[in-house]
Amino acid sequence: MRDQKQSASMDAKVPQGPLADKWTQHKNHVNLVNPANKRSIDVIVVGTGLAGSSAAASLAEMGYNVKAFCFQDSPRRAHSIAAQGGINAAKNYQNDGDSTFRLFYDTIKGGDYRSREANVHRLAEVSANIIDQCVMQGVPFARDYGGMLDNRSFGGVQVSRTFYAKGQTGQQLLLGAYSALSRQIGQGKVEMFNRHEMMDVVVVDGKCRGIIARNLITGALERHSAHAVVLCTGGYGNTFFLSTNAMGSNASAAWKAHRKGSYFANPCYTQIHPTCIPVSDEAQSKLTLMSESLRNDGRIWVPKHKKDVAAIRSGALKPVDLVEEDRDYYLERRYPAFGNLVPRDVASRAAKERCDAGMGVNSSGQAVFLDFSSAIERYGKTAANVKGIESPSAEQIEDLGREAVEAKYGNLFQMYQQITADNPYETPMKIYPAVHYTMGGLWVDYNLMTTVPGLYAAGEANFSDHGANRLGASALMQGLADGYFVLPYTIGDYLADDIRTGAISTEGAEFDTAERGVRERIEALMGNGGTTPVDDFHRELGKIMWNKCGMSRNATDLQSAIIEIQALRERFYKDVRIPGRADQFNPELDKAGRVADFLELGELMCKDALERNESCGGHFREEHQNAEGEADRDDINFTHVSSWEFTGVPSEATLHKEELAFENVELKTRSYK
Amino acid sequence: MAKSGLLSSSLSKKYAMAATGLFLCLFLAGHLAGNLQLFIGGIQGQTAFNEYAHFMTTNPAVKLLSYLTYFSILFHAVDGVVLTVQNRRARPVRYAKERPAENAGWSSRNMMLLGTVMLVFIVVHMQNFWWKMHFGVVPTQMVEGVEMHDLHSVVMAFFGPENLYAMPAAGLYVVAMAAMGFHLWHGFESSFQSLGLRFDKFTPLIRGFGRTFSVVVPFLFAAIVVFIFVTQS
Amino acid sequence: MNFTLKIWRQDGPKSPGRMVTYPVTGISDEMSFLEMIDVLNDQLVRNGDEPVAFDHDCREGICGMCSMFINGEAHGPNRLTTTCQLHMRSFKDGETIYIEPWRAAAFPIIRDLVVDRSAMDRVMQSGGYVSVNTSGNTVDANALPIPKPAADEAFQAAACIGCGACVATCKNASAMLFVSAKVSQLALLPQGQPERLNRAESMVEQMDLEGFGNCTNTGACEVECPVGISLDHIARMNRDFLHAKVAKKG
Repeated sequence: MRDQKQSASMDAKVPQGPLADKWTQHKNHVNLVNPANKRSIDVIVVGTGLAGSSAAASLAEMGYNVKAFCFQDSPRRAHSIAAQGGINAAKNYQNDGDSTFRLFYDTIKGGDYRSREANVHRLAEVSANIIDQCVMQGVPFARDYGGMLDNRSFGGVQVSRTFYAKGQTGQQLLLGAYSALSRQIGQGKVEMFNRHEMMDVVVVDGKCRGIIARNLITGALERHSAHAVVLCTGGYGNTFFLSTNAMGSNASAAWKAHRKGSYFANPCYTQIHPTCIPVSDEAQSKLTLMSESLRNDGRIWVPKHKKDVAAIRSGALKPVDLVEEDRDYYLERRYPAFGNLVPRDVASRAAKERCDAGMGVNSSGQAVFLDFSSAIERYGKTAANVKGIESPSAEQIEDLGREAVEAKYGNLFQMYQQITADNPYETPMKIYPAVHYTMGGLWVDYNLMTTVPGLYAAGEANFSDHGANRLGASALMQGLADGYFVLPYTIGDYLADDIRTGAISTEGAEFDTAERGVRERIEALMGNGGTTPVDDFHRELGKIMWNKCGMSRNATDLQSAIIEIQALRERFYKDVRIPGRADQFNPELDKAGRVADFLELGELMCKDALERNESCGGHFREEHQNAEGEADRDDINFTHVSSWEFTGVPSEATLHKEELAFENVELKTRSYK
Repeated sequence: MAKSGLLSSSLSKKYAMAATGLFLCLFLAGHLAGNLQLFIGGIQGQTAFNEYAHFMTTNPAVKLLSYLTYFSILFHAVDGVVLTVQNRRARPVRYAKERPAENAGWSSRNMMLLGTVMLVFIVVHMQNFWWKMHFGVVPTQMVEGVEMHDLHSVVMAFFGPENLYAMPAAGLYVVAMAAMGFHLWHGFESSFQSLGLRFDKFTPLIRGFGRTFSVVVPFLFAAIVVFIFVTQS
Repeated sequence: MNFTLKIWRQDGPKSPGRMVTYPVTGISDEMSFLEMIDVLNDQLVRNGDEPVAFDHDCREGICGMCSMFINGEAHGPNRLTTTCQLHMRSFKDGETIYIEPWRAAAFPIIRDLVVDRSAMDRVMQSGGYVSVNTSGNTVDANALPIPKPAADEAFQAAACIGCGACVATCKNASAMLFVSAKVSQLALLPQGQPERLNRAESMVEQMDLEGFGNCTNTGACEVECPVGISLDHIARMNRDFLHAKVAKKG
């Protein structure tokens, strides 16, 4: 019997009824705002990635007055644009047995049973609409010769349900959402604020009523009021300094919301993506992802023997010259059922395991091969058959195979070659895991509202749908589902009470206090007389996080990480140097504000990782593994969302649990063998 | 603003440039066909050329075409100046370091310069012949009972030894034809692009034809001048 | 590797600017061009100077935010490459490298190498979309088959990253390649047909209003475009606009 305190689970406001009917029932019963009243209601959307652009566009179409904010020079730059591989949808166009339930099930299982059933099912339900919607907007998804949409398969599933546009799916989907947003801006329904950064949320009488934003060109602080605020500000992967996130990607909006009362859920769930270009030198500023879709056709291997490793590292042996018997296709060996298409967390840890065993194939010992030679040969043979070439020569097969591979992954291969100067058609790619996505985020209920009424979080900024590990091609799906199809319904339920409120004033004491707080923080950073550039602190934080809160974690390291981060933070405020002035375009100042927040969030991540005394999904605790080195989940003690309430010091946050009830799936040990 | 007039838009100005340019190419072809008769020697050539000149100045249909030509030249020039001024304004501060040859052909970047050379030439050329033909004192020749201006003799005399300026004039004509060649090298193909006439199979033909045209036509014009200059002196 | 950098410095939109020379040393050929600027900025900050402001974000060649005119070419000497994907191995040790902002009346300078490209957003807002509400209740995605060649060509056009290299490189600062990419993408797809002519008309009008120059078909934009957008799209827009002006009713 659990004690009283533990059983007071947070209320996620999940509707009653059978799983498959919950969303429809909910939509049928939420409060609506009539069109005339929508015109007198303001909504602020922060961030213009997939979730933000789609939410801003949809809310404006419905009639709300929307103000949208992004720190980049255009809403089209948001980092959703860099997503490569694709977007999942339960369309079952391939007739391979896919269904809404299967997509739901795969996502729950892929998330290692740490996500909320109702949310995930809703995501699967609306997934098909996303594709219809995007096609209608002119998103040029890949098609087959019959003019029908093409699909590819992604890690962790056994059906082909991923829609794609070459290796630029995120770009095409974002530009679709951006075009919908542009249409609303053109019609005057959305007021767009480019190069503006949200500095704080303003809470009036317990409700979120606006934000303080900083104009990054002039440095001016601005007050913006609204009846509700939606944060679509992405994840916090840049806490690690090196990640596949954009340079400007930051957690500041989410962190400011956390400081103002929004609980932060599962911060330790970070996704380390298995296929990224390895780190080359100290000055490296970011890491580049090679789409997971490459694992459809690429085979991952390291040499079987140490002597070959040494020869390859020194350049004496070319990887293509190592015979098959001396190669260790370790994913195919360990996970015969899924092979190279195991989920990301599994693939990443397997790469780390091999590299830790001394089998890494580059000079730093931190790289494995991703090899396309078999795919080139296979596609080449198929193409030769299609073209009716009898007994094709090896060269013919290779040429045709290259053509086929280029059509599928051309831009990725080109990107790889640009960065590394290696030609992946001729020699295998070198890859290594890198921080890519964060499953944790602001805690939201079924309506995507955080614990602060009127403050919503959507897309990667919330924690809701991916549990402890996100499956490939699901981030795009979630961002667009939240923005196009979920928020437009759920936000109305809340705003229906606000039709008589009238315009919110920006003159109140809460706005004064919030703006003063922002001003003081900026002044403190500018005027500390320090000597060390911001990036030094960020890089140092990144190293602590990567080494102690990265692909594998243990209690001792996490405890010491918390202390190190606290010390680093203290040093940061004493010694950071920001040149220039606060009332001008000053990227160093922008960066400093973001790093200040990472320095707090990193500590909470370690705290959460320490508290979650089990291994699940992207969170691998060395203390909890079985004899084969596979993750050991603890369903008795940890089938909950860890939701943290800020109390002053990040690692002294108060833990609130949302117990996860699994009524439609059976909790199993994830096996991809 | 939404439904502005045809000529106010940047694209419309380009259509006008393209249409007048292509029309002027037709004119060039016709003009060259006439001029080629200057290669014919003796009285036979003289008669043929003067008959041609007579036809060109008296036929009402040709008259109409000639006005269209004058209009096209003027419009093409004025439109070109307007476009160039606008283009200059679109980049008020220039780059400290430019490497334009890395990404565009010389002709395409110097259409205004080439056009200006041609315009100067046209003014001189009109003064040399057109003005004389229309308003000056020109000897005549009787052909089959019709009295015609003897433009042939005017041309021969112009490039002959008695004209002190024959050499610089011939030089200017040759230079102008070179400018015309470069202008056409880009302009011919560009006109089709401006009008949106770009298709996988069609465009290489246009390019081939345009480039041949831009070499052959100016070359022949210049060759006639050189031929006369050499044979008369 | 060592380089001499000549960089445009300008404090604010209204301030005068000038080229300033900076030596950088100890650069590895593995570094990206922007990482080389990071190194310079790190030195500047340590010396108490103000770092060079420049736009950048994804650093993987897709967001379109980076925008340097390097040694007389948009995004530097390599083809099909954004500045963030340009690596120092493309330069010779000891080389002098000029770094300037995009120059166009339509792109006013904010600071140093940072320019304001919101003119491009406004062109998109004038018609770069299909007017369909985001209800999700459209037809099934496979209800309208699209021939693969059309879908592929639409994709080629849609690949535009909106960086403005075409404007920066064009001797006339014309935005035709950028505008035509969107016009053409939607003109190639059945979903784009109902608004096809209106779209061409209003986007071109907005483009002219923003003060971009006129296209003279030099083709420089196509050569310098980091994603290889083709002049075919400009021709298609020229056709559609002409069609709109000549034949459109209303």
